[in-house]
Amino acid sequence: MGHYVSKFTSLFAWGNREVRILILGLDGAGKTTILYRLQIGDVVSTIPTIGFNVETVVYKNIKFQVWDLGGQTSIRPYWRCYYANTDAVIYVVDSCDRDRIGTSRDELASMLEEEELKEASLLVFANKQDMKGAMSSAEVSEALGLPRLKSRQWAIYKTSALKGEGLDEGLDWLVGSIQ
Amino acid sequence: MNLDHSVVLQEARVFNETPIRPRQSRLLLAKIVFLLYRGDSMSTTEATNLFFSITKLFQCKDMSLRQMVYLTIKELSTISEDVIMVTSSLMKDMQPTSEITYRANAIRALCKIVDPSMLPGIERFLKAAIVEKSATIASSSLVSSLHLFNEAKDVVRRWGNEVSEALNGKSLSQGSSFFGSSSSQGQVVSTSNIVQYHAIGLLYAIRQHDRMAVLKLVQSFSGQKSGGWMGGGSSSALRSNAAHVMLIRYAVRVMESDSSLAPQLHGLLEEWIRHRSDMVSLEAARAVCQLKDVSDKQLTAAVNALQLFLSSPKAVVRFAAIRTLNVLARTHPEAVQPCNVDMEGLITDSNRSVATFAITTLLKTGNEASVERLMKQMQGFMAEISDEFKIIVAEAVRSLCGKFPSKHGLFLGFLSGVLRDEGGYEFKRAAIEAIVDLAKHVGECREVALGHLCEFIEDCEFTKLSVRVLHFLGEEGPATARPTVYIRHIYNRVVLENAVVRAAAVSALAKFGAAPRADAALQRSVRVLLARCLDDRDDEVRDRAAWGLRMTAADQTRARYVRDDSTFSLAVLERRLVAYCADPHAKSARFDFAAVPRISRAQEEETRHRVRLDAMDQVLTGSTLPATQAAGAKEDAPKSAGAGAEEADRAAQYARQLAAIPELAAFGERPLVSSQRAAELTEAETDTCTSATLCSIRRH
Repeated sequence: MGHYVSKFTSLFAWGNREVRILILGLDGAGKTTILYRLQIGDVVSTIPTIGFNVETVVYKNIKFQVWDLGGQTSIRPYWRCYYANTDAVIYVVDSCDRDRIGTSRDELASMLEEEELKEASLLVFANKQDMKGAMSSAEVSEALGLPRLKSRQWAIYKTSALKGEGLDEGLDWLVGSIQ
Repeated sequence: MNLDHSVVLQEARVFNETPIRPRQSRLLLAKIVFLLYRGDSMSTTEATNLFFSITKLFQCKDMSLRQMVYLTIKELSTISEDVIMVTSSLMKDMQPTSEITYRANAIRALCKIVDPSMLPGIERFLKAAIVEKSATIASSSLVSSLHLFNEAKDVVRRWGNEVSEALNGKSLSQGSSFFGSSSSQGQVVSTSNIVQYHAIGLLYAIRQHDRMAVLKLVQSFSGQKSGGWMGGGSSSALRSNAAHVMLIRYAVRVMESDSSLAPQLHGLLEEWIRHRSDMVSLEAARAVCQLKDVSDKQLTAAVNALQLFLSSPKAVVRFAAIRTLNVLARTHPEAVQPCNVDMEGLITDSNRSVATFAITTLLKTGNEASVERLMKQMQGFMAEISDEFKIIVAEAVRSLCGKFPSKHGLFLGFLSGVLRDEGGYEFKRAAIEAIVDLAKHVGECREVALGHLCEFIEDCEFTKLSVRVLHFLGEEGPATARPTVYIRHIYNRVVLENAVVRAAAVSALAKFGAAPRADAALQRSVRVLLARCLDDRDDEVRDRAAWGLRMTAADQTRARYVRDDSTFSLAVLERRLVAYCADPHAKSARFDFAAVPRISRAQEEETRHRVRLDAMDQVLTGSTLPATQAAGAKEDAPKSAGAGAEEADRAAQYARQLAAIPELAAFGERPLVSSQRAAELTEAETDTCTSATLCSIRRH
């Protein structure tokens, strides 16, 4: 019911609540590139994020407040400081990084256990599909253990942030899932 | 403002709300900053929680909120953990694409939270910001770099070229933009040229250990057409006066470290004395006055400039000038003398700090003729000044007493006058000590001075001062022509005062009774008075009275206990005792007191007096200076006290050396009457050094 209300009010210029989204994932997965691809529709040169970036993204007349948190080992402990009131998590995986897919799974699992994220939808981007030897979305899905998730709305999309492929499809799903 | 720490921290939940409420959040941040500025301490956990809440405010684009966020982050940066979490956000805000206000403040905040190891990552941006056109941005990056310099010298040192560019280029471009199309840019253009000031500070920090580089820096702003190797290029003058002041200080440091460069720079300093800005001119004059080897001619130019500033309508200029002259008068009183008339005018200055300096300076430069005028002026405004200032005046008069003893009547009149006025303990004490000094050292006025002291204790609210005066009366009174006068005053105290004062009065009475000049009648009277004190309510008073009675009974005991005021030479005694304790064999024998020379009270007083005179000048001038200099003066005082002790010690040392010479040993240790400091008879460099000490020996 609440979702319908928010969709309804979003038609007006005021009173529409921003949708709060976190972009998480290991370092170098492409989180910051995805954020700016979504915001300005172009590729920007990035440096490792020490801390976070926060931007407002408008997609299909809905305002998203997107938090891109740094993925370095030293920064990951602070993700939890930003979980509150989150509507959805976009979890970004480097599909070429087979060595660390296990680490990625563990981080995802411990994040999903958090009480504050119980209601949040999960959108996984199997990123860097433009590169050779990238894992397929099924492989990534299996490696992260997504099929075994219970009581959570989730989806996985193949993406290439550089080429801008797959992002819109993912967001379309997101829009549908939170309404 | 009454803000409660825990309430404010509770309210901080507002930061976590969505959507952000900018106005409310901003007010709360202001409260937090207020608490921190007030000095409230915040635990690390509290600060860290607060910090993470505040990071959420970065989602809001409200400019005034963001500015408060920067400010708060800077304050929390030293208390909270994990402040690096805002690094990315701040770096984004300092990019050339953001607003100027964002950029400048983000740079300041970023430099507070950045770890030296992360500095190379932001180096590129900081270098670009230093040469930025906007003064706000350039200044904030320069100042931040100066702060970073202490932590990451090597990295910041690489930015020297950018800093020079900010120093040189900026003044031109900024000037032209100000007169040109600045209004169209819609930004605040500062006319203070603050960038130059910050740039010169940082550039000096980077190059301070390279003397030639600093010299070049100074010369490049000499404001003259410089020919020679610089290719005839004209060097520009600094636009910022504050920067110019710094430049003068750097020039002085170069001159101090390498005297061969001094003549070159001297010309510059003299030229800068004539600078149109008060600030620069004052600084240049001050620099000249404080140079170690300065010629009279150079001083004259500086003093002339300072003399003009003495009549400036601005109090701060007057203060700076008089303070400089005050310091100069310590070493070159004759150079300051031409300003005497101007300084006398300043004694009544509405700014009391200026007036104080004027007096203490005049004391050093004044002559006998001007003292009378000076005293009259001081008398005029004693009533309207604070106690603190009165103390300085009293101390000043005290040192004048030593300088011009023939004017004793004038001083005594003044001092007894101020004693009758209202005043605190310290002030009264200073006045009493001044009178005591006069009584001791100027024979003609002793009785008058003692009379004033007697009058003072008749109505004295400070027990300590009464005791001091009674003791002094006991010392000096018996030797006067009419001791009975003082006895009456002293006995009045026994009747009227509290126990402490009564005890002191009884001791003083005993001294009168024991005096060698005391005739039988006087002795009898004193003994009657003392006998009455045996019934006093207070133990101590009764004890002293009993002791006094016993001691004054027989001439022999009198001479031994009351009159004999000789004491051990303390410096020698201390040294012997140390040696005694250090020597394990000596333990079996008793310490030999007979070997320690005894000195009479007069000798001891003389030494003390000399030490005090040395110290007083320092204290007198130091007492009104800022804390740092005052501390310096305090350090000086014990040093000179040490010098006195050293002198006594040296005498003992000579005595020992003489004793070691068999021919002289026969004279024993005590007869050494005086000796001089060793005089070099040959050049110190030659192979054989001979030094002679002139000793006069009693009975020889």
